[in-house]
Amino acid sequence: MRSETLIASLYVFALAAFLGYQVISRVPPLLHTPLMSATNAISGISLVGSLVTAGARYNTVSTILGFIAVVCSTTNVVGGFVITDRMLKMFKRKPTAPEKAVGKKR
Amino acid sequence: MQTYFIELSYLLASILFILGLKGLSHPETAKRGMHLAEFGMLMAIVGTLVHHEIITYTWIITGLVIGSLVGLAMGVWVPMTAMPQRTALSHAFGAFAAALVGVSEYYRHFEAGVHLDRITMAALGFEVMLGSLTTTGSLLAFAKLQGLVRGTPLTYKGQNVFNMALLTATTAIFIYLIVAPGSMPLFFTMVGLSLAFGILLVIPIGAADMPVVMSLLNSYAGLASAATGFVLSNNVLIIAGTLDGFSGFILSVLMCRAMNRSITNVLFGAFGSAAAEATAIGDGRQGTMREVGLDDVAVQLAYAHQVVFVPGYGMATAQAQHAVRELANVLEKRGVTVKYGIHPVAGRMPGHMNVLLAEANVPYSSLYELEQINPELPATDVAIVIGANDVVNPDARDNPASPIAGMPIIEVDRAKSVVVLKRGQGKGFSGLENPLFFKPVTGMLYGDAKDSLTHLVQAVQHA
Repeated sequence: MRSETLIASLYVFALAAFLGYQVISRVPPLLHTPLMSATNAISGISLVGSLVTAGARYNTVSTILGFIAVVCSTTNVVGGFVITDRMLKMFKRKPTAPEKAVGKKR
Repeated sequence: MQTYFIELSYLLASILFILGLKGLSHPETAKRGMHLAEFGMLMAIVGTLVHHEIITYTWIITGLVIGSLVGLAMGVWVPMTAMPQRTALSHAFGAFAAALVGVSEYYRHFEAGVHLDRITMAALGFEVMLGSLTTTGSLLAFAKLQGLVRGTPLTYKGQNVFNMALLTATTAIFIYLIVAPGSMPLFFTMVGLSLAFGILLVIPIGAADMPVVMSLLNSYAGLASAATGFVLSNNVLIIAGTLDGFSGFILSVLMCRAMNRSITNVLFGAFGSAAAEATAIGDGRQGTMREVGLDDVAVQLAYAHQVVFVPGYGMATAQAQHAVRELANVLEKRGVTVKYGIHPVAGRMPGHMNVLLAEANVPYSSLYELEQINPELPATDVAIVIGANDVVNPDARDNPASPIAGMPIIEVDRAKSVVVLKRGQGKGFSGLENPLFFKPVTGMLYGDAKDSLTHLVQAVQHA
């Protein structure tokens, strides 16, 4: 790796860390479980690394390891997003009747 | 041209991931945010498929199909009560994938006789070490949460010294490999030691500390992905991994703060054994517990103005969240104000109780955080504690010698009356005695929480 590449990567890392801190500290405790499963799904992006390893035919060992990695990451991506959606659907403000009442008051 | 296409798809994905997480700052915007993130993920995958190094698609497609099926099955069928286990398992998967990519990269260069440069080797070492220890650590956490392994902390003499020695050895090999990356046996020794370290790290941690460990493993899994990004010089991996890593880190800090403990104390303190000593000293406060009957509680509830439910892990094990909601419905119909006090570390992972209650159709506007519910409690007629213990233990506030001294608690003992739903007379998971149970204001309602609540629903209807 060239040192310029490393520096550029470190920039990305530092800025992502800073941004992540800002964005994630605004997530209310109410949504901490969906947050965990969402970030899990998102970090399943390591799938893109596994895809290349599995498809590039470097050697048999790499292909096998890459294949297993593809299975694991895809499980995380699909499972993580499906379950996050399922959880978020359950969070409701109020049962329907009182909500209408609030709307009228406005 | 192709490179531009790939890089642009990654850039788009990175932006959409951040927007997606930003959406999670409010329940109303969260769903839309997740759809953005999902679209971003799709873009990144499609972009990668045109990568020039990819020759054969057989394994890719097979892997994608198997993974999607397993993921879909898990996503659809895992019950909400099993969310901590599922999350632990997905940490393990994510970390394992990162570790495998790292091992494969190392092996490929070794095979081709190319020496990895020091920077790449350093990143790769981090990736493989973090990936391996998170894999085994998360699998053990999964086993503990699933009840395959006993949840009590396992400690032995010299544990911390042994762990430290192991960590030092692993780090030493890591540094040696950066200088001389050519030794395959050493590389695999490092992998093996990291796998062992993951297990040793989680073994001494008790069930009550699980929220911290879950967050920490989340953080490690994310950082392993970020390290993969450094190895492959892939920015979207660095960004997504870092977001995940920091999210886990922030959650760990929040969880520790909610217990008034430091991360080192959670990891190396082995809580359960210290607790046993402290209670052995004992205090004169242990009187008798007052048992109350269903009908008494029902009358109290029916004529109350405000009732606060305080759920804990016991609610999850008893699957009692729907029964809680039924009781709340009956009470609300009678004009009683019902609120829920949620402690940050109630349950086995951050936000565990909120999800369970949301599943039972409790509106999130009735869920109150620790700081919000405490001022409400003096005006509360009945506080009902459902399978919670440490988070309502007044010793944390009153007894400086207690192992949980200083931990913020939900002060149910300030309510006019407290009813504790508990399976039996034994101590909680942490093995701590809870003086709340002996207070005159407290009544104990023994039995399965779900049964008790269902009976209460009927009794209140007749009251």
